Amino acid sequence: MALILLATVLLVIFFVLPLVLVFSAALGEGWGKVATALTDPEALASIRLTALVALIAVPCNLAFGLAAAWAIAKFTFPGRSLLVTMIDLPFSVSPVVAGLMYVLIFGLQGWLGPWLRLHDIKIIFAVPGIVLVTIFVTLPFVARELIPLMEAQGRQEEEAALLLGASGWQVFRRVTLPNVRWGLLYGVLLCNARAMGEFGAVSVVSGHIRGLTNTMPLQIEVLYNDYNIVAAFAVAALLALLAMVTLIAKSLLAWRLALHGDELI
Amino acid sequence: MQIEMSGIVCRYGETPAVDGVDLTVGEGEFLALLGPSGSGKTTLLRIMAGLEMPEAGGLALAGKNALALPPNKRHIGFVFQNYALFRHMTVARNIAFGLEVRPGSTRPSKQQIRERVAELLDLVQLPGMGGRLPAQLSGGQRQRVALARALAIEPRILLLDEPFGALDAKVRAELGEWLKALHKRLGLTIVFVTHDQEEAMNLAQRIVVMRRGRIEQDDAPARLYAEPASAFVYDFLGAANRLPCRVEGSRAYLADGTGFDLPASIRPSEATRSSLWFRPHQVALEPTPDTAGTWLPGTVRDIIAAGPHVRILLDHAGASIAALLPAEELPPGLTIGSLCHWSPQSWRVYGDI
Repeated sequence: MALILLATVLLVIFFVLPLVLVFSAALGEGWGKVATALTDPEALASIRLTALVALIAVPCNLAFGLAAAWAIAKFTFPGRSLLVTMIDLPFSVSPVVAGLMYVLIFGLQGWLGPWLRLHDIKIIFAVPGIVLVTIFVTLPFVARELIPLMEAQGRQEEEAALLLGASGWQVFRRVTLPNVRWGLLYGVLLCNARAMGEFGAVSVVSGHIRGLTNTMPLQIEVLYNDYNIVAAFAVAALLALLAMVTLIAKSLLAWRLALHGDELI
Repeated sequence: MQIEMSGIVCRYGETPAVDGVDLTVGEGEFLALLGPSGSGKTTLLRIMAGLEMPEAGGLALAGKNALALPPNKRHIGFVFQNYALFRHMTVARNIAFGLEVRPGSTRPSKQQIRERVAELLDLVQLPGMGGRLPAQLSGGQRQRVALARALAIEPRILLLDEPFGALDAKVRAELGEWLKALHKRLGLTIVFVTHDQEEAMNLAQRIVVMRRGRIEQDDAPARLYAEPASAFVYDFLGAANRLPCRVEGSRAYLADGTGFDLPASIRPSEATRSSLWFRPHQVALEPTPDTAGTWLPGTVRDIIAAGPHVRILLDHAGASIAALLPAEELPPGLTIGSLCHWSPQSWRVYGDI
C-alpha cells in the first residue's frame, strides 16, 4: 500500500506535474497568444518539417524493421547475431554521437564532402541530413518489437501456407503480416513518437536555420533561448500533445492485445 | 501417387538426420514411419513435402523428379504436429486458404469455395464450426480442422507429423479410426510419423522403423511384431525381457547353462555377445513345475494388478524378469517373496547392439 502510494506520488511529481506545467505555461497568457505562436511562419515551418521527417523516417523503418525481423526470426544465416547487434546500435550510441557520425561522413570536411560539393548535393545542415539521422536513431523500434513476436510464432504457419500452394508474397501478405499486425502498429507508434521528438542527433546535423532546418524540438529550444517563453511552451505543448495521443493509442493497443490474447497478436 | 526416395542424406550441421534412405511408398498405401525422437523420421517427411532439401539422393513423385519442385508446387497435404492453424483466421478461412491462394483462372468462385468448406467441415465432423477461431477449439477439433485444410486442395498424398501425439487416448483412437476410413474412401497415399508403436500397428498397412537416420526394418505390422529384425526393433515394439546369452551352433545358452533352440530365421554370430529376448506375456509361471520344459527359478519381487492383467516382477540370478498374466490365471498362493518357476514360451535371440 505504501509502495503504491509512493509510486503514485513519484509519478505525479515526475510525470503528470511537468506535463500540466507545460500546458499551463503555454496557456498562461490565453489562447490568443498560443494561436499567434503556432501560426508564426517559423513555427509552422518547423511543424511541417517534423511531419515530413516522420513521414519519411517511419515508413523507411517500417520496411526495414519488418524485413530485418523476418530474416532474424525465421531464418538462420551467417552474420545473424551481428545483425541483431547492429539493430541495437542506435539505442546504445548517444544521439549526439550519431549526429556527429553523419557529419563526419557527409559534412564538408567529411569523407564524402568533396564529392557531394562537386555535385552540389547538400546533406548536412539540410533536410536530407535530418531525415538520415532520424532514420538511424529510430531504426530499432519496429524490428525490436517484431523479433520476439515472430520468434515465438515460429515458421510452421508459413510452411503450412506454402504447402497449401501459396506463393512467397501470398504467405507474407496473408499469414506473416496479419500475425504481427498489432505488434507492428505498436512499433510504428513508438518509432513515430521518437522520430518527432528526436533532439540531439538532429541538432548536430541541422545547422539551426530558422524556418528551414529547425524541427519542432529545435524550434522549441531556439524560442526558449530567445526568452520567448509562451511561444516555446506553445510548440512544446503541441509536441507533448502528439506524444500523448501516441501514448494513448499505444495503451489502447496494449489493452486490446491483453483482452484478445493470442488470437489477435 | 507413388513416392520414391533413393539414397537420401540430410544433415543438420555435422550430425546426419537422414543417412542414406531408400524408400518407395506405393500408390494408395498407408505407411507409418516409426522411431524414437532423433531417428530422422520427421526430417524424411519434411523432405517429401519439400520443406527440407536433402544433401544427396533423389525423390520422385508419381515417377517424376520432384526435388526441384518447391513445396507450393508439390500439391501435398501436410498436417503438422501442433497443427499450425492460421491463428488469425476463422476455421472456414483456414480450410479455404488452399483454394483462395490459387491463381485467378484456377481459383473456384466464392460460392464454390463456401460449398467446399461446408463439405469438408461435414467430413471432419465439425459442421457449423466455420466461424470459430482456432484458439476457441479443443485439441481434437484443431486436428480435424488441420486435416480438412490439408484435404481442401485435394492432394493425392497426405503426410502427417505425429498426428495424434498431443491428444488424449480416447480422441486419438477415434481420429485414428476416422483416418483409416478416410484412407479407404479416398484412396490417398498416406505417410505418417509416430513414435507410438501401438498407433503405427493400429493404423498402418506397412511400418518403416527408423533408427539414427536409417531404415532398421520395413515390414507389414504383423510380421514386424512377429519377426523384429534386430534387438532395437524388438525393444522398441513393446515391453521386453532380456537375458545375456552365448550362441553355440543352433542353440543359445544362458549363464546357468540353460539352452534354448534358436528360431529358424535367426543366425547371430557366435563371436559377439548376444541376448535372449522375450515379452512379458510370453512368460509362463508355475509355483511347482510338473510339466516338461525349461523352467527357471525366480523370486517374486512385486505383483501389480493392472486392470485385466497382472504384472509380476521376478528376480532371476540378479536380473529382473517381468511376466504378464490374465488376472484369473495368477497362480493361487503366489505372494511377494515366494519362490516360483518361470519359462519363456517364445523368444528371439539377437546380437547385442
